[in-house]
Amino acid sequence: MREQLIFEHSRAGRSAAAQYPLDAPAADVPENLRRRSAPMLPEVSELQAVRHFTRLSQLNFSIDTHFYPLGSCTMKYNPRACNQYALLPGFLGRHPLAPESTGQGILQCLYELQEMLKEVTGMRGVSLTPMAGAQGEFAGVAMIQAYHKARGDHARREIIVPDAAHGTNPATATMCGCTVKEIPSLPNGDIDLDALRASVGPQTAGIMLTNPSTLGVFERRIREVAGIVHEAGGLLYYDGANLNAILGKVRPGDMGFDVIHMNLHKTFSTPHGGGGPGSGAVGVSERLLPFMPVPVVGFDGAQYRWLDEKDLPQTIGRLSAFMGNTGVLLRAYVYMRMLGREGMHRVSEYATLNANYLMAKLTAAGFELAYPGRRAGHEFIVTLRREARDYGTTAMDFAKRLLDYGFHAPTTYFPLLVPECLLIEPTETESKEELDAFVAAMVAIREEAKADPAKLKGAPYTLPVRRLDDVRAAKQLDIAYQAA
Amino acid sequence: MPFIPHTTDDIREMLAAIGAADIQALFDEIPAELRSRALDAIPPALSEMEIGRLMSERAAADGQKLNFIGAGAYEHHVPAAVWAIVTRGEFYSAYTPYQAEASQGTLQLLYEYQSMMASLTGMAASNASLYDGATALAEACLMAVRAHRKSKSQRILVPAAVNPDYRAVLRAVAGGQNLAFELLPYDPRGGVTTTASLEKYRGQDITALVIQQPNFFGNLEDVDALTDWAHEAGMLVIAVANPMSLAVLKPPGEWGAKGVDIVCGEGQPLGVPLSSGGPYFGFMTTRMEHVRQMPGRIVGRTVDLDGKAGFTLTLQAREQHIRRSKATSNICTNQGLLVTAATIYMSLIGPQGLAKVASTCIQRTAELVAVLEKVSGVRVAFGGPRFHEAVLLLDRPVRGVLEALAARGIVGGVDISRDYPSLGNALLVCATETRTPGDIATYARALADVMQSAAAA
Repeated sequence: MREQLIFEHSRAGRSAAAQYPLDAPAADVPENLRRRSAPMLPEVSELQAVRHFTRLSQLNFSIDTHFYPLGSCTMKYNPRACNQYALLPGFLGRHPLAPESTGQGILQCLYELQEMLKEVTGMRGVSLTPMAGAQGEFAGVAMIQAYHKARGDHARREIIVPDAAHGTNPATATMCGCTVKEIPSLPNGDIDLDALRASVGPQTAGIMLTNPSTLGVFERRIREVAGIVHEAGGLLYYDGANLNAILGKVRPGDMGFDVIHMNLHKTFSTPHGGGGPGSGAVGVSERLLPFMPVPVVGFDGAQYRWLDEKDLPQTIGRLSAFMGNTGVLLRAYVYMRMLGREGMHRVSEYATLNANYLMAKLTAAGFELAYPGRRAGHEFIVTLRREARDYGTTAMDFAKRLLDYGFHAPTTYFPLLVPECLLIEPTETESKEELDAFVAAMVAIREEAKADPAKLKGAPYTLPVRRLDDVRAAKQLDIAYQAA
Repeated sequence: MPFIPHTTDDIREMLAAIGAADIQALFDEIPAELRSRALDAIPPALSEMEIGRLMSERAAADGQKLNFIGAGAYEHHVPAAVWAIVTRGEFYSAYTPYQAEASQGTLQLLYEYQSMMASLTGMAASNASLYDGATALAEACLMAVRAHRKSKSQRILVPAAVNPDYRAVLRAVAGGQNLAFELLPYDPRGGVTTTASLEKYRGQDITALVIQQPNFFGNLEDVDALTDWAHEAGMLVIAVANPMSLAVLKPPGEWGAKGVDIVCGEGQPLGVPLSSGGPYFGFMTTRMEHVRQMPGRIVGRTVDLDGKAGFTLTLQAREQHIRRSKATSNICTNQGLLVTAATIYMSLIGPQGLAKVASTCIQRTAELVAVLEKVSGVRVAFGGPRFHEAVLLLDRPVRGVLEALAARGIVGGVDISRDYPSLGNALLVCATETRTPGDIATYARALADVMQSAAAA
């Protein structure tokens, strides 16, 4: 099945017509500033456009259509109510620069969201402006730098990152003008404390950690890690990618972290949207309060208002033209209110139950764990190195074949230090039946690998396309349609 | 339990398979002294009906005012079909298209988007979006430093007529990497940037010049002259463009003799509602020679094992998940769903429609300026051609006037006096195709009323 490009549906002179002004005047633009030839936009009817994009949507896997156990991404169900109530006309039609007196309703939602996020993370302040996890990370490292600088401590330019860290961590440190020092993990998945002790010093700005780590296990000696880094004068950054594992159970603030970013599009169930929009709200401890990115919502007991550079003169500044991904924040707000006080811990409990159950079933079915003997957090790692050795099939082959069985593939080849790995995160919203079906598919695929490895190499067979030539994509670059 | 499917039997069977006594046992690796106390500051759960009521009340309290604010976010008509399709679960609840075979819908749509944006801006290559217009400009400046290998200065010239909030974001996002931003004054008569202001930089090592068209005041810059001047002086040129205006204004790829090097801007006008500030999306396009320096996702067309056409993320060697600390940017998640909206918007509106929307914006703003400048105590700051915004100067502080208008259901513009103190009491107003002649008359009457009653008081 292939859907033509929208440009191939286009015919000169055709248009949808109902959506633009009927009697538009000719544009009053000086000759030298005027556009001479029309842009290549499609000329299609409304039905053609609707049918084309509806068909395109049907070529996707999504949470609404498939189990999506993508490790480190928390692909849980996105409640429809969150979308509907974020799209109410009063919120949707409001200009971000309209007077605060005309936006008390939305500001109250955002203020209460800040307060709820403070409570679940154990931090003292929250700024909602970062527009994705990576921007939250940027804000976090920038605040750490601003803190050291404000103390006249200019030598602290090094950020420590475990080797298992998400790629955004080292990239963020570089964007903030820091250097990166990687430290190794122990065979059981914990941080190597001796290596950490040897790495910290007067050059240490801080350490970026996620807990549970990207290896899927809880860093049990986190207080010692915090002690070592704090004693050396550094600060601790919590990458909230894995907050779903500990929500309502343990708070980053209580573990000793100074700053955290939360992926609201993971833990708080806002949609991933095919690659955004996300939201990377940041939480800070007492000492980083003055440096939070602006604007932040303030409340004086009567009115809600935006606090900006005037209120927070030491702020790291502004990370978006307005106030971040507001609509995403509203969705997270609705989600948190629907879960309520009694629902927060259920998220981590059932995410962890599902992960440990799936891990137990896959182990019982003969798959090898990367970190046996550890509890899974909300995700765990299977290594297919035995299958690679015995059948010549890779983790990628399993991943592609899973698509034929109607499952989105788990995360493959991350973390980079585990060979032939699948990082599997089922989330709390999946049923036992779905998890059992996934185990059955994995077992069936292994049987196929044994009997006919070439079959796996050729997968997938039932999707709109088979495996794509990535090398050709990069070498013979075709990134924009050229009309014939 | 909301959103959790487990029955009591499920839980029992699952714990038995794990070999755990209860769910709490699954957290036994977390040291006891770290366990959370009760989360008292979180209110009790609400049902869908209750939260629906609460949100509706708050949204209704904010109401729907008659809007005359632009300043980087513009109220345009969004066709009904756009968000009906965008919120389909297959787009809404999919992840970044790493598994290409299971993401052909999103990938093909992004390829179509890249094609449209490249053509609209007159450039060869587009990425699949950045966070917003302001961060897109910050990324464009960082990209210019990478792309302009001969320039060592990391100095970038930024006109004062560029959106002040964009300039604030530039400092916050790119300042940490030792970029120096130098402010170019605007011509106080025309409200535009002139080549005269550039002369003092002649012969110096400057990495790039930023040009916003239309500029923050709504005025049209002499983009050909500025672009040629910068290129002759050995700088790259970064255009900040309003994509809606490009239906009628010369695309940056055709500015001056050679066209600009990087185009970026805010994509919100293309099918994204004002939404109290976001989510919007940033766009970026460039010359093919710089494509490997561009940040963000890029989709390419290729073939599969059977030789059939298909789409995949490409040039990933630029990105953080491969290059880690040496990546072009730390960007990972971007604004995919908003790009979905923009692609459907551009398809429905088409080239004719986009030109009609843009020319109606120009017309309505001209009408707005004409009636408002007749109000006593109001004059127009700058002459010269403009797109769909204008700066008005009032004979009294703007803030009080805006509050009085808001009380009458009108959001009358943005007070830019704080960002441009030399202008005095300056109000930036905007009228798009959504403002009817009746709306404009309503605003003019209200403003006359407010100015008069305050004068009387």
